[in-house]
Amino acid sequence: MEIIMSVAIGFLFMAAVYLILSKSLIRIIIGTGLLSHAAHLLILTMGGLDGTAPPVVADGVQVADYVDPLPQALILTAIVISFAVTSFFLVLAYRAYQELGTDDMNLMRGIEDRD
Amino acid sequence: MSFVFLIFLPILAALFVPLLFKKMRQIHTGWFVLIVPVILFIYYATLLPTTAEGGQLVSSFQWIPSLDIAIVAYIDGLSLLFSLLITGIGALVVLYSVFYLDKNREQLHNFYVYLMMFMTAMLGVVQSDHLISLYLFWELTSISSFLLIGYWYTRDRSRFGALKSMMITVFGGLMMLGGFVLLSIMGNTYSIRELAAQAPELASHSFFTWALVLVLLGAFTKSAQFPFYIWLPDAMEAPTPVSAYLHSATMVKAGLYLVARFTPVFAVSGTWMWLVAGVGLFTMFWGSFFALKQKDLKGILAFSTVSQLGLIMSLLGASAAGYHVEGAADSVFKYAAFAAIFHLINHATFKGSLFMVAGIVDHETGTRDIRKLGGLMSLMPITFTIAMIGSFSMAGLPPFNGFLSKEMFLTAMLSLTEFNFFSMDVWGLLFPILAWIGSVFTFIYSLFFVFHTFAGKHKPDLLPKKAHEAPIGMLVSPAFLALLVLVIFFIPNQVGDWLIKPAVAAIQPFLYAAPADVDIHVSAWHGVNPEFWMTLGIFLIGGLLFWTLRKWQRAYDRFPDNLTLNRLYDNFIYLSEGGANRFSALYMTGFIRSYLVYMFGFLVVIVLSTLFLTDAFVIRTAGSSPVGFYEIVILLALIAGTITILIAKSRLIAIIALGAVGYSVALFFVIFRAPDLALTQLVIETISVALFLLAFYHLPKNSKTEERLGFKLGNAVIALGVGVTMTLVALSAHSQKVLPSISEFYKETVYSEAGGGNIVNVILVDYRGFDTLFEIAVLGIAGIAIITMIKLRLSRKEGQHENK
Repeated sequence: MEIIMSVAIGFLFMAAVYLILSKSLIRIIIGTGLLSHAAHLLILTMGGLDGTAPPVVADGVQVADYVDPLPQALILTAIVISFAVTSFFLVLAYRAYQELGTDDMNLMRGIEDRD
Repeated sequence: MSFVFLIFLPILAALFVPLLFKKMRQIHTGWFVLIVPVILFIYYATLLPTTAEGGQLVSSFQWIPSLDIAIVAYIDGLSLLFSLLITGIGALVVLYSVFYLDKNREQLHNFYVYLMMFMTAMLGVVQSDHLISLYLFWELTSISSFLLIGYWYTRDRSRFGALKSMMITVFGGLMMLGGFVLLSIMGNTYSIRELAAQAPELASHSFFTWALVLVLLGAFTKSAQFPFYIWLPDAMEAPTPVSAYLHSATMVKAGLYLVARFTPVFAVSGTWMWLVAGVGLFTMFWGSFFALKQKDLKGILAFSTVSQLGLIMSLLGASAAGYHVEGAADSVFKYAAFAAIFHLINHATFKGSLFMVAGIVDHETGTRDIRKLGGLMSLMPITFTIAMIGSFSMAGLPPFNGFLSKEMFLTAMLSLTEFNFFSMDVWGLLFPILAWIGSVFTFIYSLFFVFHTFAGKHKPDLLPKKAHEAPIGMLVSPAFLALLVLVIFFIPNQVGDWLIKPAVAAIQPFLYAAPADVDIHVSAWHGVNPEFWMTLGIFLIGGLLFWTLRKWQRAYDRFPDNLTLNRLYDNFIYLSEGGANRFSALYMTGFIRSYLVYMFGFLVVIVLSTLFLTDAFVIRTAGSSPVGFYEIVILLALIAGTITILIAKSRLIAIIALGAVGYSVALFFVIFRAPDLALTQLVIETISVALFLLAFYHLPKNSKTEERLGFKLGNAVIALGVGVTMTLVALSAHSQKVLPSISEFYKETVYSEAGGGNIVNVILVDYRGFDTLFEIAVLGIAGIAIITMIKLRLSRKEGQHENK
């Protein structure tokens, strides 16, 4: 299963990077969303998908085969942060479009010429 | 007393300078600063009896013990002489600057802070026995020199001169560092004394010549030797006290110090002798020849300094001859080192006073252009007297100290014709000839300097100010130096016993065990010998040429401007600036996409090469969990969603597909037994889709028509690379567990230690509570940023929005 997942994660990363490299702002934002999904699944897979019981110690009784809790804790943090970043990007895009009248990254290029 | 800390006294004092400048405006800050060099001078003077007997003092403290880097202050005759020069001339220069720089108009706090910084740096250079601390102090002198030259930073010429001196001296400093590193590799020590002790073994090492050349590059750039001298004339943009202090008396002599200090290490080499003596002598000739081309008083002095430094350098080179000749301590070869140190002291006195005179003339007439000056003799009689003493000493006339050391210089140069190593017997004759020509020009420019300023016709209408004598305070320092010029002529042997012989013994430890062994008696008259005839020739030919100066000085203007070293430097700077600019414009395109491409590209290259170079890439199917039916179904949904996003024409479909992908991920979390993740993901995904749809109303159409095929193909290649890389990383990470996971610890202790059941939650709020705290902080920052952005109205649209 891990091997299939690895390939799927690679595919997700590929799609995300492809979207991020495009010119349109909205596609870039969708790309970042996809990128965080890919990263979460990557962390999960790296920890191993084996284990039969969710990592909850019910009533103090230890079960032998818990799923690795550490990746889950990391992903939980990452989900929240990626949400913050996505909403920030969305507002940035919305405001940029309002102010500049375009969502083409090439037209938003910064300084035209230096010195 | 641990005198190593005294090195840092000036820079510590500098901390109080801005405060004193702000709080005590009615008193010139210079008066407070003056205390520092005076105290140091008195302290160092008390060490004189120790070094005069050949004693040495060491004081040190560990700085970075793990790297064997310490600051070691080592005082012998040579470093004490320099320390006295630095603090003595320093005190006079500070006194002079009190009258030169106006306390109401000038930024004295900057000036004195830089000056104190320089004093620490310079003391550090001459007292360091440790190569690395020597290098650090060396570069600090370059930096403080840069700051002082650029003191009047609003002037273009000041900034240009500051940059030029910095570029050249720091280049030399870096070369020198390379030489030091080679030396420390060869000798397995950072201590100069220990290196000198094993000099014969070092000479056979293959790095020896490299180290020698690199160290000399440092010395030559600092001491303004040909062809690096070009920074010194431009450094004359500094305030005159700085020129008198840094650019004639002390900093430019750091190179001479370095050569003197390393003579015991390198004297064995013929390359050393040829380079030091040859470059020095050629610089002496070159500088004196072009001094007559200058129109600016300080320009003349700058070239004369270049020339005099070359003279001392050549003497230091000639002193290496003593290493090769049997019984040199009693032969004609003994004079070179003595003459070098003697002239170094004399130069500090007469050139210091001449710079101060140039400053006075500038200050009181408003110009330094020698074509506009003239006839100041009767208006500024004291200044004229000082200038005359200094110039005549520089020209080598009796009864001034320059005469004595100049005679000795000629003796030393003549001695080289008797030296028959390193093909000197063929070329040795060139040395006295070049020395003689250089001396003739020295004689001419010295007279040119003093007589064209003070004699001749006064031209009051050309001067910006009405000329008059300087205030008495300004005259004290140069008058004192001029007095020294005279006094040293009459008591040269006392100076020799106290200052010169200890220094000579430090330069030539292979000849003398103690300063008392240096058997040289200075006398003004030593019979009719070749030196006498050479001196007579200098006076006669020089006088004749000076008499006819007006007829031939114009020839200098015929030299083509575009063949000078300055032009070479300008072009180099111009081309390297332009080249660097064009080069960075190549990749700094301003398109975010380009930068992302670099980042992803490097990610792929670095990760993949690390994977394969360290043999980290492993695939092991054993230990994988079984493939389940539900997993495959969700996976297909995930991939279908992703493909939909990629090919979607409408952004509504893209957003919905993104939601589908997010929900599939949540389902994965369910299947892989991560209930907290699944819950969070579902909530967040729902909010995200809602947010997207909300923004959808405002966002533009999903425009993709303008993307060309090549553009897409490039993106696809990069994207494919990243995808493959991540797959390989995931596979390798899964297939090998190098270290046991710390999860076991959490599993075991979660109930007993943290008193919780849900391991994931306990990790977040307890074991790694700070992570969560900062996660909340990130969320808060994002929230503030969003509010700010929504509120933000760019100024040009302000009017419209206020009307809403």
